[in-house]
Amino acid sequence: MLESILSLFNLDFLYAAVRMAIPIILAATGEVFLQRSGIFNIGIEAMMIFGAFFGVLGAALTGNSWLGVLFAMLAGSLTGLAFGFVVITVQGDQTITGTAFSIIGLGLTSFLVRVIWGIRKLPVMVTPIERWPVPVLSEIPYLGRIFFDQSPLAYIAYVLLILATIVMFKTTWGLKVRAVGENPKSAASIGINVIRVRYLCAIFSGSVAGIGGAILSLSELNMFVDNMSGGRGYLAMASVILGRWHPLGAALGGLVFGAGNALQMRLQAIGVPIPNNLLLILPYVLALLIMVSVYSRSGAPAALGVPYEKETTIE
Amino acid sequence: MSTAVRMEEIVKRYPGVMANDHITLEIEEGEIHALLGENGAGKTTLMNILFGLIQKDSGQIYLRNTPVTINSPSDAIANGIGMVHQHFMLTPVFTVTENIMLVDRSPREPFLDHEGVKRRILDIVQSSGLHVDPDAKVSSLCVGDQQRVEIIKVLFRGAKVLILDEPTSVLTPKETDELFVVLRRLAKQGHAIIFITHKLREVMEISDRVTVLRGGKVIGTVLTKETSPDALAKMMVGREVFLTFEKTPVHRGQKMLEVIDVVTRAGQACTGLKGVSLDVSAGEILGIAGVDGNGQRELVEAIMGLQPIESGDIRIKGKSTRGCSTRKIIDMGVSNIPFQRQTEGLILTFSVSESLLLKEWRKPPFTRNGLFDKKVIQNTSKNLIKEYDIRTTGPDAKVGNMSGGNQQKVILARELSRNPDILIACHPTHGLDIGATEYVRQQLLNERDRGGAILLISTELDEILAISDRIAVFFEGQVMGVIDAANADLNAIGLMMMGIRLAEIKKNNSTGEKG
Ligand SMILES: Nc1ncnc2c1ncn2[C@@H]1O[C@H](COP(=O)(O)OP(=O)(O)OP(=O)(O)O)[C@@H](O)[C@H]1O
Ligand SMILES: [Mg+2]
Repeated sequence: MLESILSLFNLDFLYAAVRMAIPIILAATGEVFLQRSGIFNIGIEAMMIFGAFFGVLGAALTGNSWLGVLFAMLAGSLTGLAFGFVVITVQGDQTITGTAFSIIGLGLTSFLVRVIWGIRKLPVMVTPIERWPVPVLSEIPYLGRIFFDQSPLAYIAYVLLILATIVMFKTTWGLKVRAVGENPKSAASIGINVIRVRYLCAIFSGSVAGIGGAILSLSELNMFVDNMSGGRGYLAMASVILGRWHPLGAALGGLVFGAGNALQMRLQAIGVPIPNNLLLILPYVLALLIMVSVYSRSGAPAALGVPYEKETTIE
Repeated sequence: MSTAVRMEEIVKRYPGVMANDHITLEIEEGEIHALLGENGAGKTTLMNILFGLIQKDSGQIYLRNTPVTINSPSDAIANGIGMVHQHFMLTPVFTVTENIMLVDRSPREPFLDHEGVKRRILDIVQSSGLHVDPDAKVSSLCVGDQQRVEIIKVLFRGAKVLILDEPTSVLTPKETDELFVVLRRLAKQGHAIIFITHKLREVMEISDRVTVLRGGKVIGTVLTKETSPDALAKMMVGREVFLTFEKTPVHRGQKMLEVIDVVTRAGQACTGLKGVSLDVSAGEILGIAGVDGNGQRELVEAIMGLQPIESGDIRIKGKSTRGCSTRKIIDMGVSNIPFQRQTEGLILTFSVSESLLLKEWRKPPFTRNGLFDKKVIQNTSKNLIKEYDIRTTGPDAKVGNMSGGNQQKVILARELSRNPDILIACHPTHGLDIGATEYVRQQLLNERDRGGAILLISTELDEILAISDRIAVFFEGQVMGVIDAANADLNAIGLMMMGIRLAEIKKNNSTGEKG
C-alpha cells in the first residue's frame, strides 16, 4: 500500500496539481489586488460560479467556447462591480456581503440552469477548450510536461500572474493600490481617488475569478454542474493570506491546494481504505491547518476590511 | 510683493455652528502668515477648504488674483497648494521615497522611477535643509523626521503655498528650531507659508503677519513686529489672559503614588523602564520632563496596569497594584489624561455625553438597576459642557466632529470631574489654545490644592516649570534626577534631558567652582 501511495508522486501528479491549481491561482491573483486595496472579499466563490455558468451559457449561445470565456469574464466583472457597490458605496459589512454573494451565486446559477435548459438528465454540453502543448516549451524535460502541456487558459493565468506582479510592485498603479489599502485617508489627501481604485480592483478581481470559473466548466469539463466551484473561492482567499498578499506567494498557496486536490483524487483512485467523502475534504483540511499554523495579520494591508468614508474631516 | 492667495468672504456652516463666517484672508508671496485662534475658531476648517478637503458654502478663492475653483486636494495640488496636516498622512510600511513617489506622475509612467525620485528628493533636501534618508521606512522615523517627509512631499509637487496645521505641537524644542530655519529659507525662496499654532512665542518668532480668528470670524490681521503676545492673546480670547500663576506653597500630605525600582520590558520601539523610582504625595504636582520616548509612556502604562512590570512595585495609597486590572486601578481613584486623545482618550464615534461618562457609566446615579438614567446623564453632561467650556452643539454631538482642542476638553472634564486622588496628566494642554491652556493649568493647580496627587508628563518645559512642585527628568527609561521646581536650574534640566545624572552635574559644578 505504502509503495503504491509513494508511486503516486510522479510527473502526472505534478501535472495534475498545476492543472487543479490554475483556477485557484487566477482567482487569488485578483483577490491579491482587491485585498491590497483594502477590501476583503469572501464572495470570490460567487465570481467563480458565475464565471463557470456564464462561460457555458456563452459557449452554448455562440457555439464558440472562447466567446464563452469572454462571457465568464464579463459576468465576473459585473459581480465584482455589484460587490463593489455594496461594500464601497453603500459601505456594507464586507464579510456579510461576501458570504451573501457566495450563497446567492450558488443558488442563482443552479436556478438559472433549470430555467434556461429545463430539468434534464444530462447537462448541456459544449465544445471544451482542449489542452494545447506550447511548441518548444512543452519539450523541456519535466517542466514542459508539468507547466506547458496544459489548457491555453493556464497560459493566460501565467501571463496574468507575471503581469500582476509587475503591476503591483513596479508601477505607479500598484503603488496606488497598496497605498489605498494601507491608509486610504492619506492616499485621498494626495489626490488618489480611493473609491475608483477600489472599484477597479473589484472589477479586475471579478473578471479573473470569472476566467477561473470558466476553466472548470469549459476546460476541465465541458458543462456546468451545480456548485462546481466547490469552495475554490475560499481556497483562493486562503492562498492570498498564505502568500502574504504577494501574487507569486498566492500562486504558491494555490499550488499547495491544487496538490492537495490532486492527491485526494489519486488516493481515491487507488482505493485507499478511507471513505471518499473524507478524502474530498483534504484540501480544505489542509487550508484550515495552514491557516491555523501560519495565520497572522503581519503583512496584511492595514486598512483591510475597513470601509472608506469620504466626508470625514481631517484635523 | 504680490498676493499669492486671497480667500474672500468664505462661509462654512455645520449643523449648529458657523465654522467660517465670511472670512477674508490674504497671503503674500514670500510671507510666513500665522493663523491664530481659540480651539474651534475655524482655522482647520478654513485651511481644509483652501486645500479642497471640504467644500465651502459660499465665497471665492483667488490665486495670484485669478479666481479658482478647488473641489478636491488634486485641484489644490494642481494649483500649487500643499498642506501638512495636524495628523500625518503617511503610509508607515512604505519607504520615504515610496510615500513621495505617490504624489506625482512618474516620468517613466506607468513604471515607477525609484532612482529619479530619490535624486529629486535629495535635491529638495539640499535646497531646503530638510534632512531625511529617502530609503528609510516611515515607520522607523521619529515624529520630527516624519514631518520633514510631509513637507518634502508638498515641495515635491512644486507647491508655492504651504499650509502647516499646528506643525510644532508634535515637535521637541530643538526640532521646532530646525523647522523654523527651513521655513525661513522657503519663504526667502518665494513660498507663501500659512502657519497655524497656539504658541504665541512661535508666532512672534517666525511670522511676518498674524490673522486672528474667533468664533469663525476674522478679528484682525496685524504685522508681527507691531504687536505683542499680550495684545494677540487679548484679540484671540477677547479678554486678558494670564500665563503665569500665583502658586500657593505646597502642602504635602500622605504619599499617594509610589513607583519603586520598576523595570519593564524594552521593545523595538520603546526603551522600557530600567529601574525607575519616584513618588507623588497628596497636594503636589510632580512634573516629568524629558524628550518624548524616554520611558514616559511605559511609566504611565505600568501605573495604569496596561503593561506588565518585570520587577519592582507600584503602590497606590500604600497598596501594591500587582495583579490589579486597569479597571480596579481606575476605581482606586486614579485618573489618566492619555497621550493620544483620538486613539486612547476617546472613541471618536461616541457622542459627547457618552464620552464624558466613559468611566462612570456603571455606577449610580448614571445606571440604576442595570439601566441608564438618561435624564441624569443628559444633565450631568450639560453641566460638564458648561463648566469646562466645551464648544459643541450639545451632549449628542459626535466627538469625532469636534475640533482638536475641544476633544481634549472632553477628556479633561471626564477625568477631573471624578475628583481623583491621583491624576496622571500626559500632555494635558496638547493642542489647546492659550485661554484653554491657562484654564487647564489652573484646574490642575486647583486639583493639587484640593489635595490631589498629580503626575504631569509633558515635553514642554514651560508647562512643567509653570505648575510643578518637583521635576523628575527621564532619559532612556531612567530618572536622571529630581529637583525642586522653585528656582530650578534650566541648564541642569537640559543636561539631564541629554542623559547626564544630577549627581554628576553637581560634582562638576563644585569642582568647576573650586578650579
Ligand atoms: N465635520 C464636522 N461636523 C460638525 N462640526 C464640525 C465639523 N468639523 C468642524 N466642526 C466645527 O467647526 C468649528 C471649527 O472647527 P475647526 O476644526 O476649524 O477649529 P480649529 O480652529 O482648527 O480648532 P483647534 O485649534 O481646536 O484645532 C468647531 O466648532 C467644530 O466643532
Ligand atoms: Mg485645528
